[in-house]
Amino acid sequence: MRTAQAKHRSKWGFAALGALLVTTTSAFAEPGVPVPWQMDRQTPVTAEAAQLASFEGWLHVLAAVISVFVLGLLIYCIVRFNEKANPTPSRTTHNTAIEIAWTIIPVLILVAVAIPSFRMLRTQLIVPNSDVTVKVTGHAWYWTYEYPKVGEDGGFTFDANIDEDKEPKLLQTDNEMVVPVNKVVRVQVTSTDVIHSWAMPSFGGKIDAIPGRLNETWFKAEREGTYHGQCSELCGMRHAYMPIVVKVVSDEAYAAWLKEAKTKYAAIDGGSRLASAK
Amino acid sequence: MATAAAHAGHDAHDDHKPSFFARWFLSTNHKDIGTLYLLFAFFAGCVGAFLSFGIRMEMEEPGLQYFTNPQTYNVFVTGHGLIMVFFMVMPALIGGFGNWFVPLMIGAPDMAFPRMNNISFWLTVAGFCSLVCSLFVEGAPGAAGAGTGWTVYPPLSSAGHPGPAVDFAIFSLHLAGAGSILGAINFITTILNMRAPGMTLHKMPLFAWAELVTAFLLLLSLPVLAGAITMLLTDRNFGTTFFAPEGGGDPVLYQHLFWFFGHPEVYVMILPAFGIVSHIIATFSKKPVFGYLAMAYAMVAIGVVGFVVWAHHMYTVGLSLQTQSYFVFATMVIAVPTGVKIFSWIATMWGGSIRFTAAMHWAVGFIFLFTVGGVTGVVLANSAVDKYLHDTYYVVAHFHYVLSLGAVFIIFAGVYYWFPKMTGHVIPEWAGKLHFWLAFIGANVLFFPMHFLGLAGMPRRYADYPEAFAPWHKVATWGGHIFALGMVVFFIGIILAFRSKTRAADNPWGEGATTLEWTLSSPPPFHQYETLPQIVDEPAH
Repeated sequence: MRTAQAKHRSKWGFAALGALLVTTTSAFAEPGVPVPWQMDRQTPVTAEAAQLASFEGWLHVLAAVISVFVLGLLIYCIVRFNEKANPTPSRTTHNTAIEIAWTIIPVLILVAVAIPSFRMLRTQLIVPNSDVTVKVTGHAWYWTYEYPKVGEDGGFTFDANIDEDKEPKLLQTDNEMVVPVNKVVRVQVTSTDVIHSWAMPSFGGKIDAIPGRLNETWFKAEREGTYHGQCSELCGMRHAYMPIVVKVVSDEAYAAWLKEAKTKYAAIDGGSRLASAK
Repeated sequence: MATAAAHAGHDAHDDHKPSFFARWFLSTNHKDIGTLYLLFAFFAGCVGAFLSFGIRMEMEEPGLQYFTNPQTYNVFVTGHGLIMVFFMVMPALIGGFGNWFVPLMIGAPDMAFPRMNNISFWLTVAGFCSLVCSLFVEGAPGAAGAGTGWTVYPPLSSAGHPGPAVDFAIFSLHLAGAGSILGAINFITTILNMRAPGMTLHKMPLFAWAELVTAFLLLLSLPVLAGAITMLLTDRNFGTTFFAPEGGGDPVLYQHLFWFFGHPEVYVMILPAFGIVSHIIATFSKKPVFGYLAMAYAMVAIGVVGFVVWAHHMYTVGLSLQTQSYFVFATMVIAVPTGVKIFSWIATMWGGSIRFTAAMHWAVGFIFLFTVGGVTGVVLANSAVDKYLHDTYYVVAHFHYVLSLGAVFIIFAGVYYWFPKMTGHVIPEWAGKLHFWLAFIGANVLFFPMHFLGLAGMPRRYADYPEAFAPWHKVATWGGHIFALGMVVFFIGIILAFRSKTRAADNPWGEGATTLEWTLSSPPPFHQYETLPQIVDEPAH
């Protein structure tokens, strides 16, 4: 099945070489993992990540238009103003109107880019009231997840080490972080040794795990599934071997997992290692 | 722009060259030191290219092929970055072309401080030796070399690398940095005090403007780097905790200090290239540069704004909303003067009578590729979007477009443009053009797919990767081979130039080449301008 899929992607990849300039939605890609010949973001599974993906799509259209415009002007100059076509050069070195135009127009374009950009940055950085809090700690070279005690639930911690036997290779761990679908999840990130970065492409971003600091980010996944990320700050020898896996499940499945996790994983004292979320 | 009567023949009779050892090891002549810098840059470039070849070979397929220890791969990545930045691009564009052509273009007999010029060069060489030493001593436990990335972030560079490799790397940066600071002082003094009579700042060639702005950037930013890495050194060896949270320090402080230097540094690498492009485009379009003053002050603006955008390298460290918003805004501002430069180059070509020499190929190729690198920079400037792209191959693609296809292309453009002047020999035009096309195609095949890899989620500095990333990596490696083939053509071109009996004319490029170096013989006399050239006003601009 994997090879069949790979073939399909490769055909699509070549066809999309041109299409990339027009559209950048990865409608064909399966969420949660990269695919061969992929040319675009992994399918977003949060509303915010989807917004960012489409914003980025527009930025790429803009980037392509500007690049093609510059290329077009260069080609025009090459054809029209080469030695043979234009033996006598002009001496023009100033044109105030055009100089003002190529200063003002980029400013306007950048203002148009900045407005949605600032709005999305606000959404990204202001953490809404959360339903679930998970503390993630980076170590060389694995992750620890902690679910603080909230009422009867939580109060356990577990490590997630790479599982090199499972496919896709380098993207699987022995234990996964599990969260409920359509719930705001607050992720608090830190590290005990060097800097790591907790990245989850499907949720549209990453946040550095820095010793001595507690960083915070959030997501609200709208689709059940298993999503994969990889450590994204150089952290030494096994930097490439500390993947991140998040399972987004239904409320019922999450409740069941919480119960199971309490018996399966080590307990932590409620509130002592992490201020309770509520 | 300005013309002058210089007397090459007159200078020649005073051509007392010192003996070989005194000439090349105790040199005080700006042209000889420039040549030393260029030779050194090409040697270091070959070492850096060897490291990148190792990286590309390993990346061709998933799994570990050539590196049994992924830490060694990290060391290659680190070495490649540091060598290309500090020992290839900077020595070539600033020490090499800057030393050679700033005095020639402003009508000065030499640099202001010839002996300081010499120590600048040898400090750079010493820095390189220290970096090479670092490759062979222990860094991380059980592995040789510093595998910290060129950014040398603690705690990976402190607690993560207990061995002396990082100390050697820090010492290397200290030496190279000291050399660059002395060089910057030399350039500023020379440009401000030694211009020929009549050459006001507003008549000065754009390459001299570029080197002047670059020198100020180096002078103001390098001491901050020196401070940061000195604190790192004391953290490592003397028990301080500037960047160690267990003693009340903060790793993010290092990142602020590093990028306060690091961002101006990227303009240090590209501004001299901007200067060279302006001359090549004007020369071969047979037109003066369009919007000269706007071009000069755009570089000043880029230099000034370049100092207040550093935290766009740190969007994922957990900065506040207000801080990130400011850095998004400031970063976007830089696109405006950069756009002015791109469009002014095109306007210089517009209406010209363009001769497509090898140098012109490289310059025109640069304009397009730098634009591509620039627009992905605007994408990355948006902090909200950057959270996804940060530390992925998209960033690798972006900065190789502006540096490898930007700065490096212009180093080659400069070689093809000034080689006849520097040596009196002529590189066959076909070699320069073939080299260009191989490099242009190779570099695009090499770096364009990296945008896709980054978008698909491939993180930087990974020795091994999931299978899904393999196809584009394979394509990128083909591109690397094509680029390498271009380098072979380059060396063949150089060899043919020295073997051929053809000698370069004083001004091989014709009416468009109006700067002062073309009034001298090719190669110029050992000491030039014993009678200072007089700059006469031209009504044209």
